[in-house]
Amino acid sequence: MAKLHSVRLNEDKCVGCTNCIKKCPTEAIRVRDGKARIAEERCIDCGECIKVCPHHAKSAEMDTLDALKPYRYTIALAAPSLYAQFGTPATRPMVLAALLNIGFDDVYEVAIGAEVVTKGTCDYLPLARSSSRLPLISSACPAVVRVIQEKYPGLIDNLVPFDSPMEVTAELARRDALARTNLKPQEIGIFFISPCPAKRTAVTNPIGNRLTQVDGVLAIAEVYPQILAKLEKMNPDQVVEFEQRILADATGVGWGASGGEAMGLQTEKYLVVDGIHNVIDILEEIENERLRDIEFIEANSCMGGCIGGPLTVANRFSAKSRMNRYIQEALVFEAEHQDSVYKPDRDVIRPWTEMPQANNALTLDPDIFKALEKYEQMEKITHHLPGLDCGACGAPDCAALAEDIVRGLAVESDCIFKLKERIRSVAAQMSELEFEMNRHTKPAEGEQEHGHT
Amino acid sequence: MIEPVKLEYKIRGSDFINAGEASSGTKKALNRLGVSPAAVKRAAIAMYEAEINAVIHADGGEAEVFIYSDHVIIRIIDQGPGIPDVSLAMQEGWSTAPDIAREMGFGAGMGLPNIKKHSDDMSIETEIGKGTTVTITVRFQV
Ligand SMILES: Nc1ncnc2c1ncn2[C@@H]1O[C@H](COP(=O)(O)OP(=O)(O)OP(=O)(O)O)[C@@H](O)[C@H]1O
Ligand code: SF4
Ligand code: SF4
Ligand SMILES: [Mg+2]
Repeated sequence: MAKLHSVRLNEDKCVGCTNCIKKCPTEAIRVRDGKARIAEERCIDCGECIKVCPHHAKSAEMDTLDALKPYRYTIALAAPSLYAQFGTPATRPMVLAALLNIGFDDVYEVAIGAEVVTKGTCDYLPLARSSSRLPLISSACPAVVRVIQEKYPGLIDNLVPFDSPMEVTAELARRDALARTNLKPQEIGIFFISPCPAKRTAVTNPIGNRLTQVDGVLAIAEVYPQILAKLEKMNPDQVVEFEQRILADATGVGWGASGGEAMGLQTEKYLVVDGIHNVIDILEEIENERLRDIEFIEANSCMGGCIGGPLTVANRFSAKSRMNRYIQEALVFEAEHQDSVYKPDRDVIRPWTEMPQANNALTLDPDIFKALEKYEQMEKITHHLPGLDCGACGAPDCAALAEDIVRGLAVESDCIFKLKERIRSVAAQMSELEFEMNRHTKPAEGEQEHGHT
Repeated sequence: MIEPVKLEYKIRGSDFINAGEASSGTKKALNRLGVSPAAVKRAAIAMYEAEINAVIHADGGEAEVFIYSDHVIIRIIDQGPGIPDVSLAMQEGWSTAPDIAREMGFGAGMGLPNIKKHSDDMSIETEIGKGTTVTITVRFQV
């Protein structure tokens, strides 16, 4: 079975503190036997726990450069956020050339796929308007799509119903490679250079069970040192060659940071939100129909957008300033080289044939009668717990412990206050028993006792 | 017949910041129970409108929610001024919302019509000077 998520725990490093359980937006983490455990079916791979863990015990299961070996021809797909990892004097052609040099046969900018998706979204907007699917919600961030499937299934129909820029670019890259080489499709390996684990899960377990064109996903942090090394000994001729290639325009490049996707749309009525907890607040507003005049929501799970991804290297604020420079350079390039700028090709867009399903991980029981019973019980237990939400039981708050208890995953005495109560009552029973015991055994020691009194 | 799950909430008047807590709590509960997303959405929107009306027009009140296996009954009860002409209030665009509420984006006169649209049954009991109770039924299967 496909791996449901990519965020992993390093047991040796985990000390069982409560930092991650408190930050997880889907309450997917529990500390059991002193170690954090992630509930597979609930994790949306937002990477909040990776960012917050002071002991660096959370990491992502990603592919490495070894994954290239089985393929005869390999293609790297550069996420727009990759550029922002490198400051001056690096330029986009230089970063792309350096990426190629670490061991790929070709490189593609995912910014190209982003342009296609932007175009598709513009075309789709009138249809969304007439079928009351507004506001449209971007489906580019897999963590956002998954949080919708799990917590806001009523908003699934509002998602932009196309595969992400990564998939579109992979499709393009494979088509081109097949046309250019005599290779079979399975001899071509396509690898996305990613800012996050969510994108890896989008490949190992694609949203809506779609077929993926991507063969592996490497962390930006994994290839960063190699790219840096290649940048330092860059061959000027190669850079010139890359400068003459077709490059993505500023719209596509802009997707790397929060606000970039919305910028390319032909509507002013958009809202941009970043950070998974903020995204959840906005989803709540949409469900309550409080955002009636908004037509498009750009939502990114990471603060700052993909440049804030958990597997990036550069500080998000300096990455943002670099991103602006790359966008400016793209604008200049566009103005000077009209013919070398990618023109989005509509027929590579990959529309969803069906919408993703709701994820029932939060449902208490598939049978509503049992679910009602469990809910009732859960409320009662919550009422009896101290309400301190201390996390010492290993659940993020008292209500979550109550839920675990009705699901049969925990017991009331996991709450240290309840445990204390139990110990106290057991202690009281013990001393009562001791008293009883003494009363029965005393006659035997009777004489001695007598002596004292 | 199995007892319904009962939820209760206090709705505080003129508290725009926390307004919506009752309906969002109810929505969470319905999701937990595995109710279909479409039905949850209808119940949540209808309840939210009634809840906001209690906040804006009646200085708060209470919400009672009864969840059965195939439907939910939501009652929003207030001790506010009451509605003088219910059929007028039910008309799209009719509103007496104060300026402050309008500034917050309320007052389009769409709340009650929206409740009607999203519920399977809706009734309003109201008495001038005593208060209003809006009862909403949403069935889970269509
Ligand atoms: N609980 C209530 N108590 C007193 N008056 C009410 C109550 N609910 C509604 N009304 C009256 O009915 C009118 C119409 O209500 P409705 O919810 O349709 O619109 P609104 O609240 O004015 O605006 P909107 O709901 O679009 O923000 C209100 O303006 C108000 O005069
Ligand atoms: S990645 Fe996000 S959803 Fe998954 S366990 Fe970590 S914080 Fe929770
Ligand atoms: S915002 Fe970007 S980096 Fe962060 S989880 Fe979403 S896709 Fe990944
Ligand atoms: Mg109203």
